[in-house]
Amino acid sequence: MKTVYVDNAATTAMSDKAIEAMTPYLKGVYGNPSSLHTVGQAAKEHLEDARERIAKCLNCEPKELYFTSGGSEADNQAIRSAAQNGARKGKKHIVSTTFEHHAVLHTLKKLEKEGFEVTYLPVHPDGLITAEEVGAAIRPDTALVTVMFANNEVGTILPIAEIGAICREKGVIFHTDAVQAVGHIPVDVQAQNIDMLSLSAHKFHGAKGVGALYVRRGIPLNTFIDGGAQERNKRAGTENLAGIASMAAALEEACENMGKNAKKLAALRDRLIEGLLKVPHSKLNGDRKKRLPSNVNICFEGIEGESLLLLLDAKGIYASSGSACTSGSLDPSHVLLALGLPHEIAHGSLRLSLSEYNTEEEMEYIIREVPKVVAYLRDISPVWEELEKGLKPHLI
Amino acid sequence: MALYSEKVMDHFTNPRNVGKIEDADGIGEVGNAKCGDIMKIYLKINDGVITDVKFNTFGCGSAIASSSMATELIKGKPITEALTLTNKAVAEALDGLPAHKMHCSVLAEEAIRAAIKDYYDKNGIAYDKADFPDPHEED
Repeated sequence: MKTVYVDNAATTAMSDKAIEAMTPYLKGVYGNPSSLHTVGQAAKEHLEDARERIAKCLNCEPKELYFTSGGSEADNQAIRSAAQNGARKGKKHIVSTTFEHHAVLHTLKKLEKEGFEVTYLPVHPDGLITAEEVGAAIRPDTALVTVMFANNEVGTILPIAEIGAICREKGVIFHTDAVQAVGHIPVDVQAQNIDMLSLSAHKFHGAKGVGALYVRRGIPLNTFIDGGAQERNKRAGTENLAGIASMAAALEEACENMGKNAKKLAALRDRLIEGLLKVPHSKLNGDRKKRLPSNVNICFEGIEGESLLLLLDAKGIYASSGSACTSGSLDPSHVLLALGLPHEIAHGSLRLSLSEYNTEEEMEYIIREVPKVVAYLRDISPVWEELEKGLKPHLI
Repeated sequence: MALYSEKVMDHFTNPRNVGKIEDADGIGEVGNAKCGDIMKIYLKINDGVITDVKFNTFGCGSAIASSSMATELIKGKPITEALTLTNKAVAEALDGLPAHKMHCSVLAEEAIRAAIKDYYDKNGIAYDKADFPDPHEED
């Protein structure tokens, strides 16, 4: 069976270079970077080499990077640390948005229970917020602004440099969850005024279970995993050297080919959007222009996302949905609801997230198959029947 | 996908009794589009026996599979027997549903009851109201 993997916002296949970069540490360079002997120090050199190479890609100092187990851990540590340090100065207010990743939202919810106040900026129907809105929400007691670089579901790219500039001007720490951005669109922590940034290797063809947190020099960082003195005392635990090496190799490769990949992806994306929007009563979610070159997110009225995914799976198309039924809750995607979509529309969403390994031919296959599955599901849907009989108005 | 049993996948990808009955004797619709599940069951009844049954469902894979299985379980059966069908029996016939999908089998049971009640109401047949509790609105 033909198979098409279009769920790259969930995870990516590792690149050959990333796999090759890992193997010496699985076989050969097995030392613990904290050991004083030659075997350990050899590993330490490789660790610091990877740190330097990743730092170069983000335009920061190697010392400003802390390796973590991934994006979620980096988000947790950045936000909790900034909150705790703010609270010491009597600052217990945080600014964020309603459509952040759960690694951010759930951390913020916990902080609210611990006495912090969080302003969740409402997202516009196009999946964007403005820097001015962030600026207006900042108060004298604001300890942190945390706004994602690019949204994982609808792919919109937020005005990070402008938000960073406003935070800098107002003296508030600015963290961004850049898990969907790093390796895909230009990220430069200096030019974009970023104080803290989270990234994850497996979103750009690196290994799973490894990521990093960038913390600008001078910004205090608290420790949440206690133990040894790894990562300059900020994150205990023997480093995942194989994973870190894969991350460095994958990020270098991604940054080297970024222009070429983005051009190819945008063309594939635009072809998909054009082809799929021919399905009547469908709608693209998220701004058409300010979006990741890899993201397509479309709602089809009258159907439910999980059944769509399962039928596409049977055709070898591996995609994703913000549907409630994929996550086990009754509510559909918090991101689509944040964009103001009604529940019944948000249930019928399909996210196709591409990588440079996808082909034009695969896009044509998707464009042929998706409308058939949508038509079949609409045919057996009582909701669609009511819409078609005019008993209820079409919403899209 | 390992999310569902083979039986669920079979009834989802090749659902039995899909469609509508234009001159149905009883129609039951339960669920709510906001929650992501709506089931509509059509019954043809002759001499107290369900001679034909069809369904339309908006919902996830297990909602469609539950509708398909439930219709199979009551087809050709007397109404009295159809009224004893429980959501558990539907789920068991599908070799089980994930815990968070059990509500799909509940909807199937409720849809059948709603369709039978509709048939009773249309034909002035007396029934014990306690047998037909209002399916709770899921909002």
